[in-house]
Amino acid sequence: MSRGEEEQIPLHIPDAPNRPGDSSSFEPWKWHPNDLKKPEFDCVADETFEHATGLVRVLDDNGEALGDWNPNLTTEELKLGLEHMVRLRIFDDRMMKMQRTGKLSFYMQSFGEEGIAIAQTMALNDKDWIFPTYRQPGAQFVRGRDMVSMICHCIGNVEDNVKGRQMPVHYTYKEGRFISVSSPVGTQFSQAVGVALASKYKNLDEVTITWIGDGASAEGDYHYGLNFASVFKAPVILNVVNNHWAISTHYNIASGSNNFATRGLAYGIPCFRVDGNDFLALYSVTKWARERAKLGFGATHVEILTYRAGAHSSSDDPSRYRPSNEHEYWPGGDPIERLKDHLIKNSHWTEKEQKDLEEKIDQEVISAYKEAVKYGDLANGPYPSSDTIFTEVYESVPWHLQEQWDEMKKWRTE
Amino acid sequence: MVEMNMVQSINSALDNMLEKNQDVLLFGEDIGYFGGVFRTSDGLQKKFGKHRVFDTPLSEGGIAATAFGMGINGLRPVVEIQFADYIFPAYDQIVNEIAKVRHRSGGEFWCPITIRTPAGGGIRGGHHHSQSPESQFTHTPGLKVVYCSTPYNSKGLLISSIESNDPVIFFEPKRCYRGPFYGDPHNVPTWKDHPEAEVPEDHYKIPLGQGRLAMEGDKCTIIAWGTMVHVAEKAIIDSGISCDLIDLQTLLPWDKEIVINSVKKTGRCVIVHEAPKTSGFGSELSASIQELCFYNLESPIQRIAGWDTPFPHTTEWDYMPSTARIVAAIKKTQED
Ligand SMILES: Cc1ncc(C[n+]2csc(CCOP(=O)(O)OP(=O)(O)O)c2C)c(N)n1
Ligand SMILES: [Mg+2]
Repeated sequence: MSRGEEEQIPLHIPDAPNRPGDSSSFEPWKWHPNDLKKPEFDCVADETFEHATGLVRVLDDNGEALGDWNPNLTTEELKLGLEHMVRLRIFDDRMMKMQRTGKLSFYMQSFGEEGIAIAQTMALNDKDWIFPTYRQPGAQFVRGRDMVSMICHCIGNVEDNVKGRQMPVHYTYKEGRFISVSSPVGTQFSQAVGVALASKYKNLDEVTITWIGDGASAEGDYHYGLNFASVFKAPVILNVVNNHWAISTHYNIASGSNNFATRGLAYGIPCFRVDGNDFLALYSVTKWARERAKLGFGATHVEILTYRAGAHSSSDDPSRYRPSNEHEYWPGGDPIERLKDHLIKNSHWTEKEQKDLEEKIDQEVISAYKEAVKYGDLANGPYPSSDTIFTEVYESVPWHLQEQWDEMKKWRTE
Repeated sequence: MVEMNMVQSINSALDNMLEKNQDVLLFGEDIGYFGGVFRTSDGLQKKFGKHRVFDTPLSEGGIAATAFGMGINGLRPVVEIQFADYIFPAYDQIVNEIAKVRHRSGGEFWCPITIRTPAGGGIRGGHHHSQSPESQFTHTPGLKVVYCSTPYNSKGLLISSIESNDPVIFFEPKRCYRGPFYGDPHNVPTWKDHPEAEVPEDHYKIPLGQGRLAMEGDKCTIIAWGTMVHVAEKAIIDSGISCDLIDLQTLLPWDKEIVINSVKKTGRCVIVHEAPKTSGFGSELSASIQELCFYNLESPIQRIAGWDTPFPHTTEWDYMPSTARIVAAIKKTQED
């Protein structure tokens, strides 16, 4: 069958709007910070239809914070948010460099999405549970995790608290209530509902927050999560990060609708779509959702609209499947620039202070990295002992594993 | 004949089948426009059109279910699960539906589908980019299970799988896509000049259910599949002991004849696989061999396998069966 004939096949196959060689363009946004009011905490799903089809924004195009959703954060809080975002960006740059020089096996950046986990975690209480994907490591900075230990994990060296068992970026940090990252996408989304229901069962004022990608929202776990959260009114915040891409797959291929937020309405859960590069809007929607959960009204579903500015991972080359500069055209801009501009606009910050901050953090990252490689790097070791293959498979080691462990000791090279 | 690596030979098999049979469709995550994260479908969407080769939502269960539906309605889908570790969201569809529909419908419906998936370790993939879950499918009546190991057999086996009217789970050892692996992570050969890298550009088949004698000898029978075929080859050379090396190729149904003939000849046997030992496919082989050749066996059958633990990241070389472990096992079979 020739190519021409095949095009007669009436099967609908979606594609990305722009591919390499096409020019990048996005529809200009028609949404403004004053468009939407906060609903009542006990609202029913349908009352949030406008919030799901519109876009919750606080920062306007001139860096002004406006509207009902303005969380009115103190200057100190704003500066802290900015600092964490800058920290994450510089940290990511350094980790990518380490990956390229063979000191890490693999890496995944949050480039362009730094605001999400940082703003949202800042809007929560310290005891709230964080159930992330690989794209929310920034929450750990908010929860006070030591950068050296994060780098040691990514290297998989002797100080890695995951003991070299998982690939880089699969952090776990129980002290900060940051739950172990797993590679199979989507699983955390439905599990988070269980975490939230356990808190409720124990009658504790704890909320659980979780995320899933636009791509992974096609997995069954996304739907299990929404349904269980709705049925049991779980105190959970269910976010879909729509960054347009799942590796090379555009969100047109993840969903037949171009709106992820409204899906939750059919499950009876209030829904919001939020500007994912607007620190203040992210903060505010999360605060609202936390309050609703705390008051016993159950879950909130949020689509976080953003653009994956970097490669999917260190193994990926996006110039093969999308226009390489597309992120520069994203109407949401850059989360760091936008919060910085807002602070400058209100005379709370200067370009000079920004530069000093970047330099300070650069030094912080360099010294953390230098300390971390003292415990070993991927190219040269030392690695965790291969005894760690056998420990913590079970609470205690059963006979058959003990036998295999003894056998391994005869052969090990590391 | 041209020289191909395993990415190219798989691509060539898909290309031949898309050309030959318009009921063949390819779909999966990132396989269309991009050509797959391992590039196995590179260029095929361009050549055959979006209707024949396309990207799906990120949903293994959805992929398997859609393949089921298309399969029972007359098409012959070939789907990719990006990593074998991610086949489990599709497990219910595969085990309870795809595998059983012919039987449950009294033969009215069947699923001529092929599920391709990169498997195995050696790429620093940690828990979820390294597993080799073949025995979770060999334990399922109604499926055929194939595990290729070289450019030549991957193409011939894949074509047979696609043309099979039964569903096939087709494992590709991702460590060997671009070259064989001899157990030394610092030695990274390509397929260049390897005899198994000579691959016909045209359609050819290697029948399902047939093993391959990769090396011939008389002191011991080594049975392996996937990456372990090459590790075992190196181990046999290192041991200095004359061995038959059987590359099983199809695990379900496996080639009883080639195994029995060899074990009857050598009287000794070592089975090597990367998957955990307990309930691994080696257990099935070992049990069958003692049933069928008990009086020919001169020493206990040895199994060299992955440990019964999750697959590690930084310490993976102490997890994967090494040449040294295989050499010791071969020697052990010679003791009694
Ligand atoms: C169950 C499963 N299938 C496939 C993969 C391989 N994979 C890893 S990330 C990814 C894309 C995820 O995209 P998205 O959910 O949009 O998240 P993003 O990377 O954009 O944050 C894929 C296909 C996986 N990790 N798990
Ligand atoms: Mg995405």
